[in-house]
Amino acid sequence: MTKQIVILGGGTGGTLVANRLHKHFKHHRADHDTVQIIVVDRDDHHMYQPGLLFVPFGLAQHSEIVRPRRAQLHNGIEFVESGIDRVEKDRDTVVLENGRELAYDVLVVATGAQLAFDETEGLTGPGWNEQVFTFYDIIGATGLEAALAEFEGGKLVVNVVDMPIKCPVAPLEFCFLADWYFTERGIRDKVEITYATPLDGAFTKPVASAALSELLEEKGIHLVTEFNTGEVVCNGDDRKLVGYDGREVPFDLAVVIPMHSGADYVGRSEGLGDELNFVPTNKSTLQTDAKPNIFAIGDATNVPASKAGSVTHFEGEVLVDNIIRFIEHRDLQSTYDGHANCFIETGFGKALLIDFNYTTEPLPGHFPTKVGMPLLKESRMNHLGKLMFQWFYWHALLPGRDVPGIGADMPEHGKEHV
Amino acid sequence: MSTATYAGVSVELNDEGFFVDPTQWTKDIAVELAKADDIDELTPQHWTVLEFMRKEYFEKGTGPTVRVLGKTSGVSVKDLYLLFPKGPAKMAARIAGIPKPKGCI
Repeated sequence: MTKQIVILGGGTGGTLVANRLHKHFKHHRADHDTVQIIVVDRDDHHMYQPGLLFVPFGLAQHSEIVRPRRAQLHNGIEFVESGIDRVEKDRDTVVLENGRELAYDVLVVATGAQLAFDETEGLTGPGWNEQVFTFYDIIGATGLEAALAEFEGGKLVVNVVDMPIKCPVAPLEFCFLADWYFTERGIRDKVEITYATPLDGAFTKPVASAALSELLEEKGIHLVTEFNTGEVVCNGDDRKLVGYDGREVPFDLAVVIPMHSGADYVGRSEGLGDELNFVPTNKSTLQTDAKPNIFAIGDATNVPASKAGSVTHFEGEVLVDNIIRFIEHRDLQSTYDGHANCFIETGFGKALLIDFNYTTEPLPGHFPTKVGMPLLKESRMNHLGKLMFQWFYWHALLPGRDVPGIGADMPEHGKEHV
Repeated sequence: MSTATYAGVSVELNDEGFFVDPTQWTKDIAVELAKADDIDELTPQHWTVLEFMRKEYFEKGTGPTVRVLGKTSGVSVKDLYLLFPKGPAKMAARIAGIPKPKGCI
């Protein structure tokens, strides 16, 4: 008999889970069964998403951050290139857009989050990709590179429409890099940078929020809080974000992070997703509420952690162990603690590092131990760490290698409680 | 934590003014809370939103965010802001006697 594990999505989560499961079942059989792993994605382009931040500033190129999905999967894993029509959980079957049906014993939803441009009035209307951009996809990030290069001064507004978004620190990093970029070009004094967020501070967690607010102030970046964008207006010189409460934020160039939702097929699959097409998932075991043989990872879930690659990475270890337990009819035991870890690029060759989980907010100190990298403090070492990370992503994280000292559980040593 | 009296009922509130125990809520309390938030009269549309929020809270353990309200309550986000100008999710949650929605991550 063969047990079939179908993984929907060949991004960070889908790839690392497929590779880790494949490695395990190459050496262990599941109750005398062999295990077949199939990964489905609509295309063969795996994007290193953290790289998108650097494209507008000419610090990364499209070709450097995209590789074939297929090539990231270990030999022996089947890759199916097709869109997904729906999951029929009562039949344990995925129906693909190309008509093929895939029966599964275990399903992993790893299709991430997508940008819901249409949910904001006027966002893709006049001025879209001319004076109004996003850097959350490659078209926007590339277009923005040209727009920034031509920008000679005026109001630059960076706006988060609503949470949750992928990598909640990326819009702040964009502000910091814009400050650096215009300083390098010698026109920083001609550019007014504003960060408009629906949150009541710079970030979601209090200690980091205070530190990041200070940094914004130091760099002369204006902070507009509790701003809920109702409409983007861009008619000739009349360019502004209009909040639902009537407040207006005028701009010459706007960088908008649209609302996010789960994949469309989740909405077409009865009993799988919530109102936003995210998949209700147990935050510790990563088993979905939909059915015991359906698991989910990364941005596709509704777990109360950041939608970020590091979360997906740490979830992966737990998820793989729990899938093995499930297939072997053992109780799920592994628990994910909400561990997240992000470098925050702050410009001028420096970066901050934050490390947190469900219960511990980002704190100062060092990571992973007292002699490690500085936490919540700008340093050149963190910037180098951020640059190094791309190598680590392709060569260690996706192939599913364990990295000593960096595990799923958040390290406590080195943190200073304040 | 503090205690306040609305419509003759003594209720417990957390530091941000949200109900600790949503079962203490009554419609008369809602009318008083609304007045304190400058809503002189609760219209049928207000009630639709308040009842929807309570239903969601008791089913899911948290009140909906504005975006989810706009998608599922039958009232558009624009209208939600007209009904509850100080921010629909928080303001409606307070008047509906449920804890602050856990929307933001």
